[in-house]
Amino acid sequence: MFFLNKHTLKTLSPTLMHKDRFISHLTRSTLVRIFFASILYWCIGAAHALTAEQVKAMAIGDTESRVQALAKAAAEPDEKIAAFIQALADDAVKTAGAQVLVVQGSRAINPVTGAEVPLPADAEDVINNNLMRGELDNVLAALALFSKDEKRRRQAIKTLAGDNDEARLPLIEKAYAAETVPALKSQLELLRAAILLGSGDQAKRLQAAGLLAASGDPSTKTVLLERLKSEADPQVKAALQSSLRSVEATLAWGDKLAAVFSGLSLGSILLLVALGLAITYGLMGVINMAHGELMMIGAYATYVVQGVFQKFLPGLFDWYLLAAVPVAFMAAALMGAALERGIIRFLYGRPLETLLATWGISLMLQQLVRSIFGAQNVGVENPVWMSGGVQVLGNVSLPYNRLVIIGFAIAVLLGMAWLISRTRLGLFVRGVTQNRPIASCMGVNTARVDTYAFALGSGIAGLAGCALSQVGNVGPDLGQGYIVDSFMVVVLGGVGQLAGTVYAALGLGILNKFLEGWTGAVLAKIAVLVLIIIFIQKRPQGIFAMKGRSAEA
Amino acid sequence: MNHPSNPPNSLTPYQSVELPSRAPLLSRTGWSFFMLALIAVCAVAPLLNLWLPQDSPYHMSTYAVALLGKIMCYAICALAMDLIWGYTGILSLGHGLFFAIGGYVMGMYLMRQIGLDGNYKSTLPDFMVFLDWKELPWHWTFSDSFIATLFLIVLVPGLVAFVFGYFAFRSRIKGVYFSIITQALTFAAMLLFFRNETGFGGNNGFTDFKRILDLPIATPNMRMTLFVLTGLTLLGFFLFARWLVQSKFGRVLQAIRDAETRVMFSGYNPLGYKLTIWVISAVMCGVAGALYVPQVGIINPGEMSPANSIEIAIWAAVGGRATLIGPIVGAFIVNGAKSWLTVAYPEFWLYFLGMLFIAVTLFLPNGVLGLVKKWRGTK
Repeated sequence: MFFLNKHTLKTLSPTLMHKDRFISHLTRSTLVRIFFASILYWCIGAAHALTAEQVKAMAIGDTESRVQALAKAAAEPDEKIAAFIQALADDAVKTAGAQVLVVQGSRAINPVTGAEVPLPADAEDVINNNLMRGELDNVLAALALFSKDEKRRRQAIKTLAGDNDEARLPLIEKAYAAETVPALKSQLELLRAAILLGSGDQAKRLQAAGLLAASGDPSTKTVLLERLKSEADPQVKAALQSSLRSVEATLAWGDKLAAVFSGLSLGSILLLVALGLAITYGLMGVINMAHGELMMIGAYATYVVQGVFQKFLPGLFDWYLLAAVPVAFMAAALMGAALERGIIRFLYGRPLETLLATWGISLMLQQLVRSIFGAQNVGVENPVWMSGGVQVLGNVSLPYNRLVIIGFAIAVLLGMAWLISRTRLGLFVRGVTQNRPIASCMGVNTARVDTYAFALGSGIAGLAGCALSQVGNVGPDLGQGYIVDSFMVVVLGGVGQLAGTVYAALGLGILNKFLEGWTGAVLAKIAVLVLIIIFIQKRPQGIFAMKGRSAEA
Repeated sequence: MNHPSNPPNSLTPYQSVELPSRAPLLSRTGWSFFMLALIAVCAVAPLLNLWLPQDSPYHMSTYAVALLGKIMCYAICALAMDLIWGYTGILSLGHGLFFAIGGYVMGMYLMRQIGLDGNYKSTLPDFMVFLDWKELPWHWTFSDSFIATLFLIVLVPGLVAFVFGYFAFRSRIKGVYFSIITQALTFAAMLLFFRNETGFGGNNGFTDFKRILDLPIATPNMRMTLFVLTGLTLLGFFLFARWLVQSKFGRVLQAIRDAETRVMFSGYNPLGYKLTIWVISAVMCGVAGALYVPQVGIINPGEMSPANSIEIAIWAAVGGRATLIGPIVGAFIVNGAKSWLTVAYPEFWLYFLGMLFIAVTLFLPNGVLGLVKKWRGTK
């Protein structure tokens, strides 16, 4: 563990904390804990409830009696007790005979008086076994229920959820009375109910069973099931069973919600991938098998920007993605423009040849990336503000990075819709794709419009790659995994249709995730492919066919 | 035309159209080249490989036999691809699937031929013992019989192609749509074969074959037999394809390629033509796969990856589409370059292949053979 005193903590300025990003989450949370504990040290002085006997009882003796003393002390908490328990948990307590000392760096402090004392040479570490450690964690969590920080309180409730010790009841009731945030208050109520379930009083158990019915937490289900096994009273048993049913119903809803969310998430990624294709294939009719590799370029551009920020702007590291988005777009767009000028323009009207040539491009781009960055996957980190998630129901948590990507996909979609339908460039693109000779007669430089349109589609592929780098691996094969899916989306949605692309992407994403829950990932993918093949039989023009008369469908 | 209510003079009189008489199967030079190839495969190669001593400069190494045998299997695929793409205008990106199916059918037979010599000394193939299966799954029923295996090599790819092709062509899926869907098909099949519970050995596929028809498989004689067999199959398929494209059937195929709508307006239903050539092409690939597996000694789902299928197309394109000899030449050029480059400059191979794709589509629409014809024409 870390031995940090308030002086060293002072030097832990925010920038330094940023530098320590690569310390794992665990260590980071430890840092926070230590920080919190030393805030408590600062506050020492007001109350004097901590007695020398309590300290001794908590630090010396067999584990069982120490646990008891700990519980007793925690029932009437104040800052000093909290600080001492934190010190115990951080292995910062030493004993010398009957003397108990808190060690801070090279100094030793008497926990009762707060005075600095010389550290005896024969001081021994207090050994905490696993039982003691678990108890310390729980007590600390219970104490954290009174923290001023809402996040810490929420975390504390989560930690305590699995542990239904009746000794903690007064503490939780106290916290319940003091709690002002409604969401947390209801969670505390559930916690209280779970503890009450073990009470000897039948009325209390009944009341608790009723309260628990409102919970949507998987751990509540376990608690109910466990109680059901040992419950003798028929009335309570019935109440427990009805509660269990309602909890299960909530959980089932949660599962469905989770499937919809992960479907939306996959759909948003497919949408990003397919939006670029909707321009290059849907509008321009160019089969671009290198689309996946353009995404790969976007992802590697993100990686490069990350490296640049790490090296030159470590203080702004959290915001590297904001710079990576335009860079990824430009990198892919420039590559796309070069490809269009150099190769693809000579193949207009020959879709099968375009397919083969772009496949060749994709092979070369893959090998290029392998030569530059190596064949291994490279690591792209989530910024801090994208890690973590929102807890919606007991069993549903929405990760921030997925939420951000959904938002990003919507933004890209809107931006593209605006670009195509409202701007001059969009007008040109539509004009050229609908009737090239007439557009040309009107003075539109069709060749240039082609290049711009292709670069735009490629740039959006780069954006998709930038988004993908936040949720998946970045490697030379990144594009290969998505190319079949993305073509399916465009084919399903109908060529030349933005709306069709959107519906097809979201529909495929959600369908895939629901089938996954039912049959497993690989079979789901196969089922989706087979369904698409069958669907194309019925509607070869996709969901939203272009209206018109054409012998050549 | 000759409707009775029409006044007789307002129409040009009906004239019967003389179809040009059928061209000979091969020209005189064609036949001589064919005979040369036949002699090379059936006599020269065995002589150089088996009769000449190892240290002779003209000795054909086992490596060369294996490599050429493999490439001849690929050439059959390229020929099949040419029939469906070069002559009918349908680009399939799923021919690797039929190749792999043929290979798997053969592989199942070869796995059964291992008998009790596997690592687990069981009558079941090793991977089934590993998965703790007690009996053969239903689709292994005929894997004991060589005759049944021969039938299945033709039947299974043919059936898969027929079902898929019927639905695809009936709803008039064509062009790039068809290509992408065939790619999805082989991709889905690959995922399926990667699964252990489908009973095809998962990602490891089949390997460690011991014998074929109760004869050891790794002897020089067996290698040479398989080599000759592959060569004969290739030559046979070549003659068959030649006969096919010169027949009326073949002409309709080319008409479909050039203007499908007009063919339909002339009263032909393209469905039957496309379906027939599609199934024939698939079966040829299946046979190639079945010849490939005993020579290479392994089959796994990687053969179904979309990349493999698309490579078949490039063999045909490099040699020259719509010329039957072109794809065979193309398969030899590309795979020869591959076996050399992947050893000598492994980094460079994908660049080369990529360049090949681009260069052939941009500069050589008629492939190497078109280039040769052009040079001859200008001289």
